[in-house]
Amino acid sequence: MTMQATDIATYNFAYLDEQTKRMIRRAILKGIAIPGYQVPFASREMPMPYGWGTGGVQVTASIIGPGDVLKVIDQGADDTTNAVSIRAFFKKVADVAVTTETAKATIIQTRHRIPEHPLTAGQTLVYQVPIPEPLRFLEPRETETRKMHALEEYGLMHVKLYEDIARHGRIATTYAYPVKVEGRYVMDPSPTPKFDNPKMHMSPALQLFGAGREKRIYAVPPFTEVVSLDFEDHPFEVQSFDQPCALCGAHQVYLDEVILDDHGGHMFVCSDTDHCEKRREEGHAGHLAGDAFAALQHNVPGDSGKKE
Amino acid sequence: MATPLVVSEVAKSFTMHLRDGIRLPVVADVSFSIKAGECAVLGGPSGAGKSSILKMVYGNYAVDQGQIIVKHGDQLIDLASASPRTVLQIRRDTIGYVSQFLRTVPRVSALDVVGEPLVARGEKREIARERASDLLSRLNLPERLWSLPPATFSGGEQQRVNIARGFITDHPVLLLDEPTASLDARNREVVIGLIGEKKKAGVALLGIFHDADVREAVADRIIDVTDFAAGKLAA
Amino acid sequence: MMTDEPLLRVSALSKFYGSRIGCEDVSFELWPGEVLAVVGESGSGKTTLLNCLSTRLLPTSGTASYRMRDETWRDLYRMSEAERRFLMRTDWGFVHQNPADGLRMTVSAGANVGERLMAVGDRHYGNIRASAVDWLGRVEIGEDRIDDEPRAFSGGMRQRLQIARNLVTSPRLVFMDEPTGGLDVSVQARLLDLLRGLVTDLGLAAIVVTHDLAVARLLSQRMMVMKDGRVVETGLTDRVLDDPRAPYTQLLVSSILQV
Repeated sequence: MTMQATDIATYNFAYLDEQTKRMIRRAILKGIAIPGYQVPFASREMPMPYGWGTGGVQVTASIIGPGDVLKVIDQGADDTTNAVSIRAFFKKVADVAVTTETAKATIIQTRHRIPEHPLTAGQTLVYQVPIPEPLRFLEPRETETRKMHALEEYGLMHVKLYEDIARHGRIATTYAYPVKVEGRYVMDPSPTPKFDNPKMHMSPALQLFGAGREKRIYAVPPFTEVVSLDFEDHPFEVQSFDQPCALCGAHQVYLDEVILDDHGGHMFVCSDTDHCEKRREEGHAGHLAGDAFAALQHNVPGDSGKKE
Repeated sequence: MATPLVVSEVAKSFTMHLRDGIRLPVVADVSFSIKAGECAVLGGPSGAGKSSILKMVYGNYAVDQGQIIVKHGDQLIDLASASPRTVLQIRRDTIGYVSQFLRTVPRVSALDVVGEPLVARGEKREIARERASDLLSRLNLPERLWSLPPATFSGGEQQRVNIARGFITDHPVLLLDEPTASLDARNREVVIGLIGEKKKAGVALLGIFHDADVREAVADRIIDVTDFAAGKLAA
Repeated sequence: MMTDEPLLRVSALSKFYGSRIGCEDVSFELWPGEVLAVVGESGSGKTTLLNCLSTRLLPTSGTASYRMRDETWRDLYRMSEAERRFLMRTDWGFVHQNPADGLRMTVSAGANVGERLMAVGDRHYGNIRASAVDWLGRVEIGEDRIDDEPRAFSGGMRQRLQIARNLVTSPRLVFMDEPTGGLDVSVQARLLDLLRGLVTDLGLAAIVVTHDLAVARLLSQRMMVMKDGRVVETGLTDRVLDDPRAPYTQLLVSSILQV
């Protein structure tokens, strides 16, 4: 440990140099000032590949202070590789306290979920964003999409939803579901399930979005209107599940399907592992609570279950 | 009441730029007028410029000199110097034209081809079709052809469609460019009848008829185009 | 259909590419319901003119004013980009020679037609789809093709789809750049006939750029002949074609192959 301590002394606090943080903070402030607007920033090389959250990590590194408590989730789980690595990274380069408990965290960096536990004022949610441009699906020209944002020409967004209904009879987009922020900018909420879209609306927490490869930062300040796009005769709806979580029995949460064996056995469990564990600690139990737990241990990477 | 059509001192020549700019004079000092209810026929050998005069009066050929005064509504307009837009309005409301050949439009039925000038003047399509049916049956066009595009019709059938199209409106001036050229005797009689009705209705008609019988039957007056030969003036 | 005020007034419009002339000193007026054909060979400046008029290109000098739906006259080149773009997707249409330039090739025919409606704020899926069905019908595309992508369409169908996509917002002015350019002769005839019907029925004003005099004859009432960036002759279409006066027009007319 002492060897490591001297090694990291060569890094600045939270890895990025102060000039870079200053630049990123400016981008964040601009993003907060113009909710939903994609602010270009000079994304840095990070010691991880693109697609692993380089945008989110840079945002987190720029806002984190020694007193912060960090939680990192990947698809709702605290214990998958991406979450564990990023958490370890900040422990190492910023020496901050980490947690898996949503309520205790001051900064939550997330890949593709919003925690089930309601966020509160003072908390910051940092999203890792692969493709920040919601219009790109139909209009690949960046010059054109920027213009469309500037002139508020968002008809194209509905073309995509129209296609969904025409092909599937309903709006089949289930993640990265486009939203309009504060009645102005259409924004990609990152590939979170649309189940989480309503949580963005009027959230007391600050929501920051970082796209490292695409060099864009955007933000939704606390208590901002976030409306999911839809048609009058095909209103926005979130996914609903026929059954509760197999482990904790929770309803109205987002569930993941977990394969149990090679014979098609499966169960649906909370995607938010912290939420699930909390409920089980409180004595809630789903129909597979006993044996399934063992099965779960088989299906997740070796470093799971270990709580820092 | 003003005379519907007054042509005065009109001259026309063609300049062939592709042949070293040689100038081919056609007619000069063309002057005549046609009263309401009168049918005047342009006479003279072919090449004398009968067709050119008719085309100038319709605005289809440009006029080098002179005036063509048309009573358009309650205005007198010089067609020779009118803007294209005005010429179009005059064609819609004042001057009708029955040409020798039908410029067929693919996929439009004979009935609608005939009725189109009425529709263009704001008439309902059903009424236009009704009037078109009347005329086509008078001209003995078999009813089975009415709903077909005239592109595949015989020359005589096409011409009858064309005549019906020309006669369907109540234009105060009607130009007739050999409307009976390929018609049989029976249909020639029908056209002579139609022209008679137009005269009674006070239409001023100007026509070219090679067929002496028809000319005889309809003409109130022959305008000898050789009087307007361009060479005469130059000589 | 004929009103006393024009829809578009163009005055001394010029576009230079450096010292090269794109088009020079073009002036004309276009009335509602009027179709103007601009003819000339490649390089005559007709496409440059069309692009200037449709504000896809800014002219070097000259003005063009347009009578908006609220009857106010606006100088096209002094409008904000937002206003111009709005005009382009509501009161104007632009039919490209290559349908792929005017269509979204990866979304269905229905969405292609519905896009303009959604762009002006229509948010009722059922209504948008009903309009799409109606417009596909008017351009003779069966309702059963509404969910197919234009990639699966023939050239003629694509062009008809592009036309429907443009007309769905009832524009008053449509620009067409060689609308029958890349099509087989039989397909051309059908498209021309369809266009002619639509233009008459809807009372559209149109500016059609073409090198094909037959297209000009069939579609337009008025014609403008261009050569080396300048207008050499203008007038009623049948007058220009039957009694061409300018040397270049005579050459053009005499170059038509007789069938």
